Amino acid sequence: MENLHSSSKNAGSWILENIVTIIFVAFTIFGFMVSSGVSVGYFFSELSSRIFRNSFLVLSLIIPVLAGLGLNFGIVIGAMSGQVAIAIARYFEMGGLSGLSFCFVVAALVAALCGYFTGKLYNKTRGQEMIASLIVGFFANGIYQFLFLFVVGVVIAVPATHPMIKPDGVGIRMTVDLVPVKQGGLKYALENIYQIPFVHALLILALGLLALLLIRYYWNKRRGYGYRNSMSSLLVNAAFCLALAGVAVHAMVTKSQLLMVRKVPVVTGLLIIGLCVFTVLIMKTKLGQDFRSVGQSQHTAEVSGINVDRTRIIATMISTVLASWGQIIYLQNMGTLNTYNAHTQIGMFSVAALLVGGASTSKASITHAIFGTILFNAMFIMSPEIGQSLFGQAILGEYFRTFMVYGVIGVALGLHVWNTNKKSRITVE
Amino acid sequence: MSEMNGNANGNNRIRSAGRLLGSVGLPTAIIGVFWLFTLVAGHFVGISMSTLVSDTIKRAGMNGILVLAMVPAIQSGTGPNFALPIGIVCGLFGLVCSIELNLMGPAWLLVSFAISIPLAAAVGYAYGRLMNAVKGSEMTIATYTGFSIVALMCLAWLMIPFQNPKMGWFIGNGLRETIQLDAVGGAQLLNNFLMFTIGDVIIPTGLLLTFAFFTALVWLFFRSKSGIAISAGGINPKFARATGLDIDKNRIIANIISTILGAIGIIVYSQSYGYAQLYTAPLMMAFPAVAAILIGGATASRAKVSHVIIGVVFFQGLLTTALPVANEVFAGTDLSEIMRMIIQNGIILYALTQVKRGVQ
Repeated sequence: MENLHSSSKNAGSWILENIVTIIFVAFTIFGFMVSSGVSVGYFFSELSSRIFRNSFLVLSLIIPVLAGLGLNFGIVIGAMSGQVAIAIARYFEMGGLSGLSFCFVVAALVAALCGYFTGKLYNKTRGQEMIASLIVGFFANGIYQFLFLFVVGVVIAVPATHPMIKPDGVGIRMTVDLVPVKQGGLKYALENIYQIPFVHALLILALGLLALLLIRYYWNKRRGYGYRNSMSSLLVNAAFCLALAGVAVHAMVTKSQLLMVRKVPVVTGLLIIGLCVFTVLIMKTKLGQDFRSVGQSQHTAEVSGINVDRTRIIATMISTVLASWGQIIYLQNMGTLNTYNAHTQIGMFSVAALLVGGASTSKASITHAIFGTILFNAMFIMSPEIGQSLFGQAILGEYFRTFMVYGVIGVALGLHVWNTNKKSRITVE
Repeated sequence: MSEMNGNANGNNRIRSAGRLLGSVGLPTAIIGVFWLFTLVAGHFVGISMSTLVSDTIKRAGMNGILVLAMVPAIQSGTGPNFALPIGIVCGLFGLVCSIELNLMGPAWLLVSFAISIPLAAAVGYAYGRLMNAVKGSEMTIATYTGFSIVALMCLAWLMIPFQNPKMGWFIGNGLRETIQLDAVGGAQLLNNFLMFTIGDVIIPTGLLLTFAFFTALVWLFFRSKSGIAISAGGINPKFARATGLDIDKNRIIANIISTILGAIGIIVYSQSYGYAQLYTAPLMMAFPAVAAILIGGATASRAKVSHVIIGVVFFQGLLTTALPVANEVFAGTDLSEIMRMIIQNGIILYALTQVKRGVQ
């Protein structure tokens, strides 16, 4: 949305910059046109629960991008740390809010340690951080499996009768049920605190955004930052918010299908908003400025007295810790721990979501993350439907979905490098 | 690093024993010692050595050409070919086309090669162009290009209207996930050619000859004029450009060769394995190949044919030995697969930390 204003100058380059986003919007709209089987209620239920599940993970990618580390595929390590914490909590049958807080603390400790080592590794593989982060994810997966399939049972004695241990007493089962919170487990531990209907949430969100826009506008004006304001983008965004609010009110008045949408978890929402605020605030601190300057140019940052290596390690640690929390939020919503599969795709999916939102290797913002999560998950829900209705095979849509994930990452990264190379060639000549 | 560079220059032909040890890289030494250790352990738990040796030879031959595909890419300066799956799907495409034509035995194999090589050359050209456009981030982009192509081919395997019942699902359209090559007389076709046994050790002569043939071809190529030009561009692009070499063209040639070798490699692999694996099977195949050549002593910027042979024997030897030994010692665990993940990715990470800073 915010790009809209600056775009009007040069439509061609704007399209090239946002090609990934445009393809996704077009694809989702196309999906709605061809597939008749998707009801509005089902679509928004799926979409909202997916957004609440994944946003935190996607947001955890922003800080490394700003610190110049590129897209941190290494968040899978954070996800694994989260799962280690959940496994411990499940083993000792901790549940409810106290169990969840325990998970958050343990996960943060494990993730901080892992993040420290990953950060050290990124410092040694400067310029190749992204491939290193991908491979270190695979590497950590090996260690994770060693821990869960071998150490548990062979080194640490565990009772074979425990429901999460394999019948032969060695290793953790493929799927571990996280008992519902009412029976003292972790499932829905966050969701069940307080839930409100979808349309109410939509209305509150729209009005909240509108208020935020107006407050920012007046603050900028008051403090003499008037040049930061742009009337047209304010109008577009405000109109968008009003339209959202209008849809919500309309749904409430006419009792449309939107009322059938599943309720949304307030606390998860607040955590996500909290993380957005945290990301904005940390960039205003000294540390945040260090991230930015290291991201701009490591050399300049080094010369101006910033400890570049340390800053990069901190950025990686923050990202890993946030990802571990994100994975806990994700898993308590899923209700089952897919011990050996739940984390493997997290890195790629989150990166793809961020890129779909319009981010690149060197720029990312909250808007990119949230917009990307919405769009990416909309595509995810629609693809099997498109496969089903166009070719009569849902599996086709699933393969297509995988292709989109990899393709998006490939195209977005490729275009970015290509553009950078082109620019540097121009300056050299 | 410095020892390896010295080694790559190849100016010390006569080495004393001490210098020989010095020229062995850290990964090679670790994996070698580890392999020896599992062999000894295997001997003590009573695993038949001849089976282990036979399996090692067979698996080294199977994977050899896929590892060989890394050499041109690394030498040209694009880094290890993480987009090996591109070559692999070309090979698989040739293979299924050949089955579709109802060919059997040697004719099937030759037609597979004949279809996949030109295809791989064309695709490799496009891939080379892409690699030239994204200089500096080749490895990351290559990985995702490979992944995307594999995912795209998943759609293709499902949608191309192949008719031959030997490879279709019993109901519905599309190809099966694994195609038995027995049905076309293709299983172990090369392995069984002139196969003989020494004691209990089986020597798959045809497979080894194929591997040796392509190895020799690559070795010769890097002694030809254009081969040397490719290496020169990889070592020092600026100097090579100043000498009047067209680096971009050379990088494209190298990637074409690499893709073709990937295509040939998967056909040889599949016939030895007895099955052609489609769909998501090729997705991760680049990583073991990259790890193998790095174990052999290559770096992300320098590789030799000898690294391929040492690497593939050591890596596959270790994997072959570790599986029965781990099963014997720690029954009921899947330790060898875990070990493969840790070693394979650990080695690649180690190589990445050795990439010089200025490469970017």
